[in-house]
Amino acid sequence: MAIAIVDYGLGNLRSVEKAFAHLGAEAKLVTSAAELDAAPAAVLPGVGAFGDGMAGLDQRGFSGPLRAYAASGRPLLGICLGLQLFFERSDEAPGVAGLGILPGEVKLFKGAAFGARGGLKVPHMGWNGLTFASSHPLFEGLEEGSSVYFVHSFYVAPGAQDTVLATSDYGGRFCAAAGKGAVAGCQFHPEKSQRVGLRILENWVKSLSA
Amino acid sequence: MLAKRIIPCLDVKEGRVVKGVNFEGLRDAGDPVEVARRYDEQGADELCFLDITASHESRDTILDVVERTAAQCFCPVTVGGGIRTVDDIRRLLRAGADKVSINSAAVKNPDLLAEGAQAFGAQCMVLAIDAKRFTPYNALGGVDSEDGVPKLCKALGMGIREMLDWQQAMKKRLGGSSPMGKGSRWHVFIHGGRIDTGLDAIKWAQLGVQLGAGEILLTSMDADGTKKGYDLELTRAIAEAVDVPVIASGGAGTLDHLAAALTEGKADAALAASIFHYGQHTIAEAKAFLKAKGIPVREVP
Repeated sequence: MAIAIVDYGLGNLRSVEKAFAHLGAEAKLVTSAAELDAAPAAVLPGVGAFGDGMAGLDQRGFSGPLRAYAASGRPLLGICLGLQLFFERSDEAPGVAGLGILPGEVKLFKGAAFGARGGLKVPHMGWNGLTFASSHPLFEGLEEGSSVYFVHSFYVAPGAQDTVLATSDYGGRFCAAAGKGAVAGCQFHPEKSQRVGLRILENWVKSLSA
Repeated sequence: MLAKRIIPCLDVKEGRVVKGVNFEGLRDAGDPVEVARRYDEQGADELCFLDITASHESRDTILDVVERTAAQCFCPVTVGGGIRTVDDIRRLLRAGADKVSINSAAVKNPDLLAEGAQAFGAQCMVLAIDAKRFTPYNALGGVDSEDGVPKLCKALGMGIREMLDWQQAMKKRLGGSSPMGKGSRWHVFIHGGRIDTGLDAIKWAQLGVQLGAGEILLTSMDADGTKKGYDLELTRAIAEAVDVPVIASGGAGTLDHLAAALTEGKADAALAASIFHYGQHTIAEAKAFLKAKGIPVREVP
């Protein structure tokens, strides 16, 4: 059975699909909740804005089914905006409720914790190193400090410390990967992070059959 | 720590690499996908395709190049050249590009940046600026000797009336006296650096970011092709004027030039072509050199 890549109208799905194809994993874009529900594991990718993302999920009837999917304990991987949508809310779209699969919120980089921008360029764009918070299976075989590709202006601030899987440093530490149980997500783009990224996706695929 | 990026750029015409790329062991050095794959293996931080296809009929050849590249290279890909509409952007992103760079189409219609950012996010909108030090001699490119029409009109594809309206509108939007910007040190050029638009490069960069550009690809038309180094003064002026990343381009001839752009020039990334294409240096050599100078780079895994 193929991994479901949730197509909710936002770009960059092709790259994710191609990365799985490169790894020899069967994955296909799904456009309905029924298709999602039939899949043994799912990926929520995404490039774009939080508000548009939730609107896209709602319009296509994915919001409720994704919450149920996560609650059922089936593996769910979020990428970039996909990870952010797992949380409860975002500075990017005040008043819009996120999926609430993970506790916490999404914040803009120029917040007080980052010292009034202090010369930081936003978006945080480019390669940055990972510090692993736990020995999560996603990062098996990777060295501390491995670089991955980020493009984002907002970062997730998990409400529970034990959901932080990895951090990176951009004017201060921020959460680069988060998860709980079978739910995991990366703020960076593994499908654009060359060998390191492909290894992370490969680790995830392997964990599905474990 | 965020690494400074090294980006090789390939000029592509009708689906083929322009100017030979001199790599050992390439089956087809004219195939942009093969060259891209080689750079990807070497650890390029991103890849950039500049499509210089002239004929309208061949415009879709770049989509095929992007699609094939995306199936094999798992790093960010930027595509520039000939992008005029939101639909052009959509097709490139769907083919697998991560960002598009827009140059003269944005000069002509700055709202294209806003429309693209609205539809796809600022992170994929790169504003490409060709800047040149202003001298009174290159003002507005003069008039065509055949028909007396200002060259700027032709470059923008506008009639004189329309061009004057455009100038008025830009004057307002750039918030200055004259778009010619008295005291302006660098002007924005189009048409391969031949035509002066009269726009001040710094103000234009700021307006572009305000409208939705998530990154600036800055080419010095004075330095481009000289291999004498980037225009550091220009690069720094733009990098300090905007709060999005700036990619320095034009003039790289040595690894020292890359280092200077990333330190003195305050650029976030350096784009280069010939220094890599002709086998003078590999990406890995460039990274090692920069690292030895204390510049944060992503080490090639």
